[in-house]
Amino acid sequence: MKKLINSTENVVSEALHGMAVAHSDLIKVQFSPNFIYRADAPVKNKVAILSGGGSGHEPMHGGFVGKGMLDAACPGAVFTSPTPDQMLAATKAVDGGKGTLHIVKNYTGDVMNFELAADMARADGLQVESVVIDDDVAVKDSTWTAGRRGVGTTILAEKICGAAAEAGKSLAEVRDLCKKVNGQGRSMGMALTSCTVPHVGKPTFALPENEMEVGVGIHGEPGRTRMKIKPADEIVELLMEPIISDLPYKSGDEVLMFVNGLGGTPLIELYIVYRKAEEIARKTGLKITRSFVGSYITSLEMAGTSITLLKLDGELTRLWDAPVHTPALRWGI
Amino acid sequence: MTTLAANSISADTLLLWLQNCAETYQQHKDNLTELDAAIGDADHGANMARGFTAVRDKLAGLNEKDIGTIFKTVAMTLISTVGGASGPLYGTFFLQAVSGANGKTALTHEELATVFDAGLRGLMNRGKAVAGEKTMVDALVPAIEALKPVGDDSLAAAIDRVVIAAQKGADSTVPLVAKKGRASYLGERSAGHLDPGAASTVLLLKALQKAVHSPA
Repeated sequence: MKKLINSTENVVSEALHGMAVAHSDLIKVQFSPNFIYRADAPVKNKVAILSGGGSGHEPMHGGFVGKGMLDAACPGAVFTSPTPDQMLAATKAVDGGKGTLHIVKNYTGDVMNFELAADMARADGLQVESVVIDDDVAVKDSTWTAGRRGVGTTILAEKICGAAAEAGKSLAEVRDLCKKVNGQGRSMGMALTSCTVPHVGKPTFALPENEMEVGVGIHGEPGRTRMKIKPADEIVELLMEPIISDLPYKSGDEVLMFVNGLGGTPLIELYIVYRKAEEIARKTGLKITRSFVGSYITSLEMAGTSITLLKLDGELTRLWDAPVHTPALRWGI
Repeated sequence: MTTLAANSISADTLLLWLQNCAETYQQHKDNLTELDAAIGDADHGANMARGFTAVRDKLAGLNEKDIGTIFKTVAMTLISTVGGASGPLYGTFFLQAVSGANGKTALTHEELATVFDAGLRGLMNRGKAVAGEKTMVDALVPAIEALKPVGDDSLAAAIDRVVIAAQKGADSTVPLVAKKGRASYLGERSAGHLDPGAASTVLLLKALQKAVHSPA
């Protein structure tokens, strides 16, 4: 294992220390229990937005804490859900009197820990609503499994709900908006290489030089199928077809297209992916009115990409365009 | 120290069990993580080791405490240190075991079966899981069933049967297709692997077995 670390035990805490000093104008970091929160929290008379999940997906979620997006983020150990004491402490720290929305990605551990946290917060008299994001079309949706994973749409929901909260919407309104975004967003990813969890020390899965994993999860969970690697354009077709046919996105729909890197893929390749994805969308009759390209929901150093489509309307577009100022995203300010 | 009947378990023995857990999860950390890497996300070994090391660090403060207090401390420690799904699940197991153990410094065989059964039901409720879904429930259900018959033999002999039943239950997860947890994303590809949660449940019960066979 070759990593820029000091010890496997201190990876998360040292990264949090780094974030705190690098972005002290925007965020603060609390330790034991760990959470990142807006420097000006609690913001009075605003619904607070809180998310969290395992570390190793940076900049998600901590990089999205700031004005116009998240009020707090709870980082777990690498690829491990945070614990309820973190969510509870963070909820108390950012509650501005209008309640807190928990945005939860659909993984068994995350869902259970957030459920426990919401129970504990309500027992303490706090108003909490939770929305679970499950947008990964690689997972067959079934009541007999843990269901679809939460991936790229999570960030879009955090941005849009953050803007709605800034605009003064109520907790119920922001919750319903989050559900709407989840309902209109779909994603799928693929990996060219595995990733190495620091405390494990070797790749999570073995992927031969000439093979790829299609439908991979952001924790290196093996995907739907493994096959011989193909040219970028054919890979993009393999991702776009299941995404478009799932909602389905129809001719004339306005969409936001988000091409994401999983951590080890350079931007030059993401633009090659975007080029083909845009062509497929255009030929389907979709109108890409907003685009988003970069590595925002990563899986450590995994090489690969994920594509997310979100069906837009006037309200979602306005909220997407609204000002945001966080360590990882900034516009309009 | 009061002498206990052979079919009772003392708070001291339960503390020894928890001490053993910290050792066994540290010892089997890599093995559990390897099982998890095959069908999950490669964190189960580290999570269990971290959780029970934190439990061990609290044991000194639990001498002379009643078993309800011990279980509650274990529950809150696991919930706040393990993370993943196993934290809330094992945490809930101990939390639901509290009410039947409050104020007691020893549990009879029957009482132990009752509190463990309450723990199991709480865990299944939290995870919305039943047997046959390739989870820790597959090891825990037969284990608790094996604990229930209260006969003339010692509790230690009953725990031996519990461990055999748990192991058999864990082994039964190998051919199963996962219906819960991260392994469920794999569908058919999850078959052929031992479930890491079931494996860690066997270790939990083996640690109890070691404790009840330790000379007082």
